[in-house]
Amino acid sequence: MGIIVDRNTRVIVQGITGTQGRFHTKAMLEYGTQIVAGVTPGKGGNKVHGVPVYDTVAQALEKHEANASIIFVPAPFAMDAALEALENGLKTIVIITEHIPIKDAIQIMHLARKNGATIIGPNTPGIITPSECKLGIMPAHVFRRGVVGIVSRSGTLTYEIANGLTRAKLGQSTCLGLGGDPIVGLNFIEVLKMFEKDSETKAVALIGEIGGNLEELAAEYIQNEGYSKPVAAFIAGRTAPPGKRMGHAGAIVMGKAGTAQTKIEALEAAGVKVAEKPGDIAKILAEKLRS
Amino acid sequence: MKLFEYEAKKLFEKHGIPVPRGKLATSPEEARKASSELSFPVVVKAQVLVSGRGKAGGILFANSPSEVEEAAEKILGMTIKGLNVQSVWVEEKISVKNELFFSITIDRVKRSYVVLASSVGGVDIEEIAAKTPEKLVRFPVNPDYGFRSFHARYIAAKMGYVGDQQKKLAAIFRKVYAITMELDAELAEMNPIVETVEGDFVAADARIIIDDNALFRHPEYEKRLFEAGASEFSPRELEAMRKGLAYVGLDGNIGIIGNGAGLVMATLDAVQYYGGKPANFLDVGGGASAERVASALEIVASDPKVNVVFINILGGITRCDEVARGIIAAKKKVGYEKPMVIRLVGTNEEEGKHILTEAGIHVLESMEEAAEKAVKIAKGENRKWE
Repeated sequence: MGIIVDRNTRVIVQGITGTQGRFHTKAMLEYGTQIVAGVTPGKGGNKVHGVPVYDTVAQALEKHEANASIIFVPAPFAMDAALEALENGLKTIVIITEHIPIKDAIQIMHLARKNGATIIGPNTPGIITPSECKLGIMPAHVFRRGVVGIVSRSGTLTYEIANGLTRAKLGQSTCLGLGGDPIVGLNFIEVLKMFEKDSETKAVALIGEIGGNLEELAAEYIQNEGYSKPVAAFIAGRTAPPGKRMGHAGAIVMGKAGTAQTKIEALEAAGVKVAEKPGDIAKILAEKLRS
Repeated sequence: MKLFEYEAKKLFEKHGIPVPRGKLATSPEEARKASSELSFPVVVKAQVLVSGRGKAGGILFANSPSEVEEAAEKILGMTIKGLNVQSVWVEEKISVKNELFFSITIDRVKRSYVVLASSVGGVDIEEIAAKTPEKLVRFPVNPDYGFRSFHARYIAAKMGYVGDQQKKLAAIFRKVYAITMELDAELAEMNPIVETVEGDFVAADARIIIDDNALFRHPEYEKRLFEAGASEFSPRELEAMRKGLAYVGLDGNIGIIGNGAGLVMATLDAVQYYGGKPANFLDVGGGASAERVASALEIVASDPKVNVVFINILGGITRCDEVARGIIAAKKKVGYEKPMVIRLVGTNEEEGKHILTEAGIHVLESMEEAAEKAVKIAKGENRKWE
C-alpha cells in the first residue's frame, strides 16, 4: 500500500542523460524502482546504467510499458517535457526541476487536471514508498517502511523529520514533497484524502512553510471533515520577514498573508498538534499512536 | 522582479493604456526642467520598489517649476523602508471622479491567473477586501479561454459601468492581461485606475512584478536586476544571487548557512526558539557542494554584525567529508576567525566530523543542540568555544 507509487510503478526518466538525471537514475535503480526507459532529445539509442534512451516519450512507449515519469529537464524546456508525458497518457509525473516559470506551471497543471494525471512538484524531492518505489532525489537511507505518511513543502526538512521518525522506530507509508513553488500539482488536502483511504497509514506528518494558504485550507478540511487519523505539523518560517522570498519561490509572506503564525493558529484550532522544533514531530506522533 | 512605477507606466502606454503625462528625473534641477513640458498642477513621486511611499512623504504635489524642484529636493535621497530614492517621476495631476482597483495575479489554490477588481480603489487590497468585500470582483482565468473581451466587459459591468465607459474600461483590462502574459508577470496592477471628471479612465498608479523564474525570457530586465539601486535587494543579496545562492539579510548576529529552504527556515526558527537572533537566511541549495558552502561562508562572514556562524547541512547525497574540507578551505580563504557551530549529517558523516574536529571546529549531532550552542556563543555565555 502507500499512495501514488508502489512496486508496480513503471518509470520513464525524462532528461536521463544530464548529470542529475544520470546520477538519480542510478540511485533509483539501486533502490529497486522499475525504470523502463529514458528520454533525451537527440540521444536516442544510447543507454544510461543499462536503461535504453529514446528521443521522445512516444518512441519509448512503443517499446516499453510505463505509467509514470520523472522529469530532470532544465526549466526552459520543462513544460515541453511535462506536456509530452501528459499527451502520451502517463498518469503520475514527478517534476524535480526548479525555477519553472509560473505561466508554464499553470499550463501544465491545467492540462494535467483535464487528463486526470497527478503532478508532483515542480521543485520537489519527489515521492517515496519505502522499500517499494523511490521516484525522486531523496536520500533513501533515512526512510523505513511503516505507518506515518509525510506530506511536505520542503525537501531537506522532510529528510530531517523522516530521519527523526525512523530513529524513533516510526517508519513511513509514503513521503511526498508537494514542491516549493507557488503553483504545484497537489495540495495538502488532496494528499490528506489519499492517506485517509490508505489502510497502511495510521498517522500523518504535515510539513508546511510560509506563503500561500494551503496549510490554512488543510486545517479547515481536517476540522470540518473530522479527519480520522492523527496529524502532527511543523511550519517553517516563524522568523521570516514579510516581502522576502525565503529560498523557495513560494515561500513569501505578502503583507499579512501567509505567515507562519496564521498557519499555526489555524492548525491548532483544528486540533492538530504543531511542533515547535522538527525533532518534536516524532515524539508527538509516537504519543498519538500509543494512545 | 519588481518594476518601477515609471517603467510599468511606459509599458502601459506602449500598449495603449491611458496614463498621466510624466517625466523621470534624477536631480531637483532635472525635475524642474521636466515639469516645464507638463501642465500644472503636477505630482512628484518617489520611484522606489516598496509600498507605503505616500505615508513616508514620498509623494508631493507642486503648482510651479520651483515647487517641483523643492519637492524633488525633499524626496531624492530619502530612505523609504531601507531603500534609497534615486529618481522621481513628475506627472500631471488628474481630475478624479472615482478611484477603482484592478489587478491580475496568481491564485495558488486554483492554480490559475486571477483578476481582482473593485469600484473602490486607491487603498490596499487587504483593506478593500476587509471593508467592502461585496464590491470585490474575483475572476479566475480559465487557461482554455484566456481573458477575453466578454470577461472584461462582465467585470466592468460588475463595477457599475455601462455603455461606452464599460467598453473603454474593458479594453484597458484586456491590455493589462496582454502585458501580464507577454511579460510573464506575477502581478500587474492599477491601483488606482481613475475615472476622470470627463468620464475617461487613466492608470494613476502602475505596478508590475515579473516572475523571477521567467527572466530568462526577458533578458533586458534580467540584466537590469543586478545594477546598483535598480532592485529592492541589498548589495549582499545581489552578490549571493550572482553566485546562485538564496540569501536574505536580517537584524541579528548569528550567521546561518544550510541546505534546502525549509531546513534553513527551520534553523532560523530554532535559533530564535533558544533566544538568539539570526543575521541572515542562506540556502546553498539541496546539493550543498563544498564550493557552494565556501561562497556562502564568504557572504555571511562579510556581514560585520555576525559573531558566530551556524552551518546546518543535511547531506543526503552530498559527501560530508567534502563539505568539511570545503568549510576549512573557505575559513582560511576568507580569513574567518570567529566561532563556528556545525551540524553535519549524511554520507561519510564520521570522516567529515573527524576533519572538522581535527581543525578545532566543533560538530554537534542535532540541529536543536547546535542552535542552542550557537545562541550561547552569540550571547558570550560560552567562552571556551571561542
